Amino acid sequence: MISLNLNGEPRELDLDPEMPLLWVLRDHFGLTGTKYGCGRSECGACTIHLDGEPVRACATTLAEAQGRSITTIEGLSPDGRHPLQLAWVLEQVPQCGYCQPGQIMMAAALLNKHPRPTDAQIDEAMSGVLCRCGTYEQIRRAILRAANPEVRNG
Amino acid sequence: MADAKHGPGMTRRALLKVGLAAGGGLALGVWLSADAETRPAASAATEVEPNAWIRLLADGRIELMLARSEMGQGVMTALPMLIAEELEVGLDQVEVVAAPVAPAYENALLGEQATGQSTSVRDGWLKLREAGAVARTLLIQAAASVWQVQVSECRAHRGSVHHSDGIRRLSYGALVEVAAGLEPDTRVALKSPESWQLIGTSPQRLDVPAKVLGRADFGLDIRLPGLRFATIYRCPVLGAWVQGWRDAAALEVPGVRDVFAVHSGIAVLADSTWAALEGREKLEVSCRPSGNRRLETPRIEARLQIGLKGRSAVARKHGNVSRALAKAAQEIEAVYQVGFQPHVCMEPMTCTAEVRADACVLHVPTQAQEAARALACQITGLEPERVRVHTTFVGGGYGRRLEQDFVADAVELSQAARCPVQLIWTREDDFRHDDFRPMTLHRLRGGVDDQGRVRAWFHRVVGPSVLARVAPERIRDGIDDAMVEGAADIPYAIPAARVEYRRADTPAPIGLWRGGGYTHNSFAVECFLDELAGLAGQDPIAMRRQLLAESPRQLKLLDHVEGRFAWGEEPPAGRARGLALVSAFGSHIAQVAEVSIQDASVRVHRVQCAVDCGSVVHPEIVRSQILSGIAFGLTAALKGEITFTDGQVDQLGFDTYPLLRFDEMPEVAVDILPSVAEPGGVSGLAVPGIGPAVANAVRVLTGQPIRALPIRLPPS
Ligand code: FES
Ligand code: FES
Repeated sequence: MISLNLNGEPRELDLDPEMPLLWVLRDHFGLTGTKYGCGRSECGACTIHLDGEPVRACATTLAEAQGRSITTIEGLSPDGRHPLQLAWVLEQVPQCGYCQPGQIMMAAALLNKHPRPTDAQIDEAMSGVLCRCGTYEQIRRAILRAANPEVRNG
Repeated sequence: MADAKHGPGMTRRALLKVGLAAGGGLALGVWLSADAETRPAASAATEVEPNAWIRLLADGRIELMLARSEMGQGVMTALPMLIAEELEVGLDQVEVVAAPVAPAYENALLGEQATGQSTSVRDGWLKLREAGAVARTLLIQAAASVWQVQVSECRAHRGSVHHSDGIRRLSYGALVEVAAGLEPDTRVALKSPESWQLIGTSPQRLDVPAKVLGRADFGLDIRLPGLRFATIYRCPVLGAWVQGWRDAAALEVPGVRDVFAVHSGIAVLADSTWAALEGREKLEVSCRPSGNRRLETPRIEARLQIGLKGRSAVARKHGNVSRALAKAAQEIEAVYQVGFQPHVCMEPMTCTAEVRADACVLHVPTQAQEAARALACQITGLEPERVRVHTTFVGGGYGRRLEQDFVADAVELSQAARCPVQLIWTREDDFRHDDFRPMTLHRLRGGVDDQGRVRAWFHRVVGPSVLARVAPERIRDGIDDAMVEGAADIPYAIPAARVEYRRADTPAPIGLWRGGGYTHNSFAVECFLDELAGLAGQDPIAMRRQLLAESPRQLKLLDHVEGRFAWGEEPPAGRARGLALVSAFGSHIAQVAEVSIQDASVRVHRVQCAVDCGSVVHPEIVRSQILSGIAFGLTAALKGEITFTDGQVDQLGFDTYPLLRFDEMPEVAVDILPSVAEPGGVSGLAVPGIGPAVANAVRVLTGQPIRALPIRLPPS
């Protein structure tokens, strides 16, 4: 039996402890916001937070989550109005949208650590999350917007 | 609202059906087609709904049908805007509903209900506005009859009809019943561009909110009661089939339900995706030796090289090229090579199927609903009306999801398992069993006269035929249009020109790819032009200008590059600029790439684009499609390609086929030039030109022509 906290709620699970969190979330909990892109730690589409740190759900086993807190895109904010989500809408970031939960979770972890990230910090954090649609410029603008609310003007 | 007669209006035959929809309310179906009368007409008025573009419900809801797949290119917003503009409703007042498969939803440019080749807005531009205008006119007529006034005293605005007295007003919902009893007028006029409220503006995209909440359902996100998950082991060598297998170990994996053979390989059915994947790992499969087991990239190259000489088919010819070359003051010949490229949709191939004795439902991220349904009918033996295709959000298409291999898998799986099944292709499967943009070779010869004018042009495209499999009927006189687009239709006026195609098929599976044949041909054409300019000592823009005297749209783009993008100014130290001009999908684009070489690799700092895509429905979507095309094209130009060894694809992940990363994205400027021309396509527009623009800049930096994509720097 594995206990963990998922999006603010305590959970107990009796599943194969070697199962990657990606599939625990998607198939067991029906939290399909976390995406499969490669299953081998190369794309970042599955990025979630484990105790606030960004991790790849495809490469993190259920056992590793024992006693820890998981946050997924569904739990990032209670009402879906995390500053990044608002900025993502204002900057109209997504195209196909498939990579976007991973992008937003990575950006959220970045802002947790560096509320006012420099361009270099943004590059470093975001370069591990791939977007085939090439929404990178929009992502950068959305992160800057969320991090600098005072310069927002429409 | 000005009702001035504008544009062609309803000049085509119109077939209209108005009736009460199944769920109550008015359904307005509009068929507009030159051969409307030869089509099977919808039978009773009550069956109108499947062919309707607009459903107005008595409770005030307004539903607009979306008959194209939303895969990031913005059709879920741009196409409803066309209807809403004429219907006089705001995007905030409508609900967009994915259309089923029906003849009315055919894409006239593709000849089937499908999304691809940058056609959606071009196909919908008239017919969707006309559908909206017919409905608006009908509703105005209805209000006029209720009020017993002249139609001219009424106008439609934001979902209601208003009387000119400024007091009387009826919502569309309240007019549904009356409207349903009227004979629709087919001689409606479209709004004039000055009175557009929506077209040309950039309202927020309708798909964005769900996508930032993680609530947008892609194919892999479909969850149904009793759903099982499956994955398939396929033999890795091209064209190899399973000979035998052992499944004892796989069946021991907790959660694995069954292992059985399907057409494409050995399927593992399980309670979770993880169990299916684990089970597949434990399978022991032997494959029949395939004739392709020694296939490797150098052999394919050798095969194509043979085609550089010898017979060919002529795609375009005017003047006498041999004579013009003989008379030229200077001439050069060059061979260009472009490699295989994968699609790599971030959402790998998937389909969820629910096959029962009397019906089949597909939940599928597809670009080709009609073909998906036809295939499901073929496999199950069900009649078309018993098969429903529900199009999910599409996690990237780029042409890959015009294919039906994953649909066939899922239908077969559900039929065998007698339950709903979600099929997942792993990333490795997705790379290994893709239908690649083919490798091509290009032999070009060109001659300039003593004033540096291009007088002779020869271009032979050598490569496998894409259409031979996907649309053989479109091959005429040995010419595969998909292989010569961007070569046979170049805008440059050269007195003597000959463009040839030599078909050289190889066992590598190939298919349509974002930007199509333009992606290899524009590379050869635009790089060769720069080589000719170098030979003649001319500036690349001046060189192109003299060939475009009759092409005002392209000339304007060059003006923009010279003026606004200050082409003549020196770039920052260590950098060079390269240009490419592409006319494709009814649109035109000039791209300038500013490039440097750092640590022996190409770094693209800035890309400036001047775009003429005709009338623009949603400028921000155009802009983001241009950025997207640049990222897509840069991956292919700089990062990698698909190669084969021992009959297998070498690249199975992002380690060996890296995508352009966040920190590699150049700064991009997109200037959309105003135009009143018909809209052109944009999804594929920026892909072909970015490679040659970068290559031309690299040539300036290194002094060596770049003749292959992806670009490999010459040893320094
Ligand atoms: S799915 Fe986890 S990194 Fe790609
Ligand atoms: S939005 Fe399509 S992969 Fe990023």
